[in-house]
Amino acid sequence: MTGQLDAQLQQALADRLLALADDEVILGHRDAEWTGHAPILEEDIAIANLAQDEIGHALIWYQLREDLTGRDPDETVYFRDASAYRNVQMVELPKGDWAFTMLRQYLFDVYERLLLDRLVASTHAPLAEAAAKIRREEIYHYRHTSTWVERLALGTEESHRRMQDGLDRLWPFAAQLFVAGPGDGALAAAGIFPDLSELQQAWEATVRPFLEQAELTIPQAEPLTVGRERHTHWLPILLGEMQVVARVETPETAW
Amino acid sequence: MSAFPRTPNTRPLPNVGLPTDPDYEQRLAEFEARIEAGEKIEPGDWMPYEYWRQLVRMISQHAHSEVVGMLPEGAWITRAPSLRRKLILLAKVQDEAGHGQYLYHAVETLGVDRGTLIHQLLEGKAKYSSVFNYPTLTWADVAMIGWLVDGAAIKNQTMLAHCSYGPYSRAMVRICAEETFHYKQGKEAITLYAQGTPRQRRWAQDALDRWWWPALMMFGPHDKDSPNTPALMRWKIKTKSNDTLRQEFVNEIIPELMAVGLEIPDPDLRYDEETGNWLIGPIDWAEFWQVIRGNGLMNQARMAARRQAHEEGQWVREAVEAYARRHQARQAPEKIAA
Repeated sequence: MTGQLDAQLQQALADRLLALADDEVILGHRDAEWTGHAPILEEDIAIANLAQDEIGHALIWYQLREDLTGRDPDETVYFRDASAYRNVQMVELPKGDWAFTMLRQYLFDVYERLLLDRLVASTHAPLAEAAAKIRREEIYHYRHTSTWVERLALGTEESHRRMQDGLDRLWPFAAQLFVAGPGDGALAAAGIFPDLSELQQAWEATVRPFLEQAELTIPQAEPLTVGRERHTHWLPILLGEMQVVARVETPETAW
Repeated sequence: MSAFPRTPNTRPLPNVGLPTDPDYEQRLAEFEARIEAGEKIEPGDWMPYEYWRQLVRMISQHAHSEVVGMLPEGAWITRAPSLRRKLILLAKVQDEAGHGQYLYHAVETLGVDRGTLIHQLLEGKAKYSSVFNYPTLTWADVAMIGWLVDGAAIKNQTMLAHCSYGPYSRAMVRICAEETFHYKQGKEAITLYAQGTPRQRRWAQDALDRWWWPALMMFGPHDKDSPNTPALMRWKIKTKSNDTLRQEFVNEIIPELMAVGLEIPDPDLRYDEETGNWLIGPIDWAEFWQVIRGNGLMNQARMAARRQAHEEGQWVREAVEAYARRHQARQAPEKIAA
């Protein structure tokens, strides 16, 4: 299948797959931090499920990238420093409170669901097949997190305040999900990956009315539009923990 | 619903018989005949107070053990050294939360609700398995817990799947199936590490050295020091004694641990040709009771973590309730509601 793409598209696709995978692995890490510490036992179960799904999706994207580049998924995750990661800053921010966690996951889930809706029609068959597989789980995530956002936003005065604080903080970061990388124009032109500005419009058309209906105020702050090579200091701290065991041995060591 | 009486003077449920009831002896004879015939006792059936009390005690301790048991391994999810191991560990800790959930439901069939039980745990009034009061010091501990601690738990739970109380027995059947996966992944990982790099081999042995005795203590005191055993066996809540289960466990696991090149940390260990039993050296019961009394390495940290999660979740639970009140008519409650 890789033979169907020219070198430039192949590089562009590998870069985009890395962005997709890195978002999911870092978000999955943040979700996993709640396991055993969630507000309700049922949510320990649900958040562990979300984390498994996100990390499982990351693995699928890393494997598709491996098909193009030969780079092993575990080596990619455990033996890269922060500056080589291509996740958005939104997912690397500390887990915060339950409102922040659920809102971040909701904003990401809407993006991912809309992305997958488009990716199932990708002209690159392996990408379309992977998207179809992941989409089933994402529908469940979306239902779960949107219910939580609504419930907390319309719950008590305190839960509303916490949800609004979360939105004030997260909203500018969410825009970075739609910042195109150097190869994304070519991928969109070839029908491999959707156009990110159209995706952003669809995302806003979903999240804005939903948040407003939940009596939340969308902040006017300046959106984050830097590229995915830019990170906060939270990422190296996160990676320091994530990579600590793997890095005591060589990348070839089996675990 | 929230009463948890300690004295037989109070009847916790209408179907629980007290020794002072005029028909107690007759109903007890009928109850024991049912158990003898292999029937399951179901919620709402007549049962003697002591049967009820022992079940509440055992099942709630078991539920708390699952919930607290998320912590020692859960601490390593973020550090798992491969994506596959991370996914396995997440699934395992998720199962433990699920087991806690079914077991709390099993106690609810005895008229004691989850809120009451959690309150007792957080107040330090409830017990849970002491093994979770030991720290996890390296990644290999996670694998060793799977092999040893889940292995010991399966022994106990396979026995409890034959328990005379229907809801507990059925919960155990389901839990055992999942625990078998926990045991297998632990054994598979330790087998790999025991034959891996020098550091992996060192970690595997060190994990065995630290978890061996706590795992054997999981079966509880020797039969002669276990005051609850006679009643539990008579009513088939338990069908095997602590020492019997412990012996079955060591007989099975010692050859397996040796086969992967690990050394059992017991200088007195010997094989008895006559009985075919592995005979272990003396268990340090002073340590066992110290940990039960709250003086283990991690007792305070475990309870602090549970209390913190509970306190930090308070506003969330309040919001869920407030939302449900406001929107009851508009929306059917979903499964994630408390």
